[in-house]
Amino acid sequence: MKDRMSLVGNEQKFQSRVDAEEKVEPKDWMPEKYRQNLIRQISQHAHSEVIGEQPEGNWISRAPTLERKAILMAKVQDEAGHGLYLYAAAETLGITRDELIDRLHTGASKYASIFNYPSLTWADIGAIGWLVDSAAIVNQVSLQNTSYGPYARAMVKICKEESFHQRQGYNIMMTLMQGAELQREMAQDALNRWWWPSLMMFGPHDAESAHSAQSMKWKIKRRSNDELRQQFVDQAVQQAQAIGLAVPDPDLVWNEQREHYDFGAIDWEEFQRVVSGNGPCNRQRLAHHVSAHKEGAWVREAMAAYEAKRRAVPAEVA
Amino acid sequence: MKLHDPLTRYVVRLGDDALIMGHRLSEWMSRAPFLEEDIALSNVALDFVGRARLFYQYAADLMGGEVTENTFAYQRDVRDFTNLLLCELPRGDFAFTLCRQFLYDAYSLPFTQALCKSADSQLAAIAAKAEKESRYHLRRSRDWMLRLGDGTAESHERCQDALDQLWIYTDEMFECDALLDGLIAAGIAVNTEGLRSEWLDTVTETLHAATLVIPKAQGNVTGGREGIHTDDLGFLLAEMQFMQRAYPGLQW
Repeated sequence: MKDRMSLVGNEQKFQSRVDAEEKVEPKDWMPEKYRQNLIRQISQHAHSEVIGEQPEGNWISRAPTLERKAILMAKVQDEAGHGLYLYAAAETLGITRDELIDRLHTGASKYASIFNYPSLTWADIGAIGWLVDSAAIVNQVSLQNTSYGPYARAMVKICKEESFHQRQGYNIMMTLMQGAELQREMAQDALNRWWWPSLMMFGPHDAESAHSAQSMKWKIKRRSNDELRQQFVDQAVQQAQAIGLAVPDPDLVWNEQREHYDFGAIDWEEFQRVVSGNGPCNRQRLAHHVSAHKEGAWVREAMAAYEAKRRAVPAEVA
Repeated sequence: MKLHDPLTRYVVRLGDDALIMGHRLSEWMSRAPFLEEDIALSNVALDFVGRARLFYQYAADLMGGEVTENTFAYQRDVRDFTNLLLCELPRGDFAFTLCRQFLYDAYSLPFTQALCKSADSQLAAIAAKAEKESRYHLRRSRDWMLRLGDGTAESHERCQDALDQLWIYTDEMFECDALLDGLIAAGIAVNTEGLRSEWLDTVTETLHAATLVIPKAQGNVTGGREGIHTDDLGFLLAEMQFMQRAYPGLQW
């Protein structure tokens, strides 16, 4: 009974700290559900960065110029770096990277569904950088104010790099749109395929979002899925128009009253199909990660054995 | 594409080594044994691609006209590439990639140090940048030799196997040909034959510390400098050059 009273007291204190915009730090008391919710969100974010290496990494070996090749290598390397910060942020919540990777492999933990689409042409590298990284920025800028300190700080650094990525993606699209007809077609085709999945990146509508209400209360999430999606659409439509790309949505129209674009209905069946494992590349993405991890086991073992030998030597001498 | 000017041929040769090495390393992205190595391998890959660009840009300046760095990378066929065979071998497992890297880095550091003294100021300037990278690359690949050689029985065996396979391709690094002889006499090119003993000292010391053994001499395979490659280079180029071949003459 006393324990229960103190738990309620702790939860109230915790909520009032969050309400006062104080950051929660790793050693602070936090409700178990807050911890689990954060682990879910941060690890999903980390896995997305890591799985995202695949569709973009696919084009490192085929990039059309040496400059594009070098930029793409640096970009994908940054994404891997983001994965690393985020795994480290998740580890401050008392879970190991091995456990997180295991959850990814068993399907218990998800990653951004958009990476289950293939990158078929060079223009897809432009579209991913421009749209997917834009969507990520819109989401992550809001997360710079998330209540958990290590996550908020990781977001600050990540956002800086993402805005560079977004510009490189847009620059690819712009270059294509200034090129030959077949290049403009390639760019338009990529936009056609990546537009709707990018909108889906923000998740279900607010009314249907399973984790939203509690996450907003705890200030893990700062803005709703629909608000963030609207901001993305408003931004991306103008960017598309500026370079002569047509957004593939016949219902898209500027709404004077709302001062936002109205846009067409999202195909949530497709969203569900891809999230639940039946997108074009779900199996390949996961299998690729599982196989790299398995093939690397002997290296990780060797490293651990070597370190153990080094630690043992001074002890024997002493 | 036939190159005649000796200096241009030399510069392109150095660019080819760097590009093909960088390309092979970049293939590890998303395939490394753990995330830190995705990052580290692509860092080294970027250094090599960056180095290739500097050499190719210089060669393009020497040639003038419409030639750019991309002409060398994307518009030449296998017989025109003059990289070392060692650089083009498929990446294999992690031991193979790191052993190749170590054998090459142990050569590349004294090579870039010597090239810093080239009578050609442009080459000397590129070498000054590359030397700093090679110093770090060698420290990193040497550390991996120790971990893998003196790690587990499996890592030791994989590492020794990789060395045994790679050894016959190492002699080519020190080969001198008529092109080099002329440029060495002019103080432009590095006398690679002169790097052999320093290389062997580094390799011997490291392999010993890593509980590995120097493979027994079994002859050597060369030809890269003459454009006689393994079958693997053609496939690498087919992939790397796909865009420029499928859509020639466009800006990307």
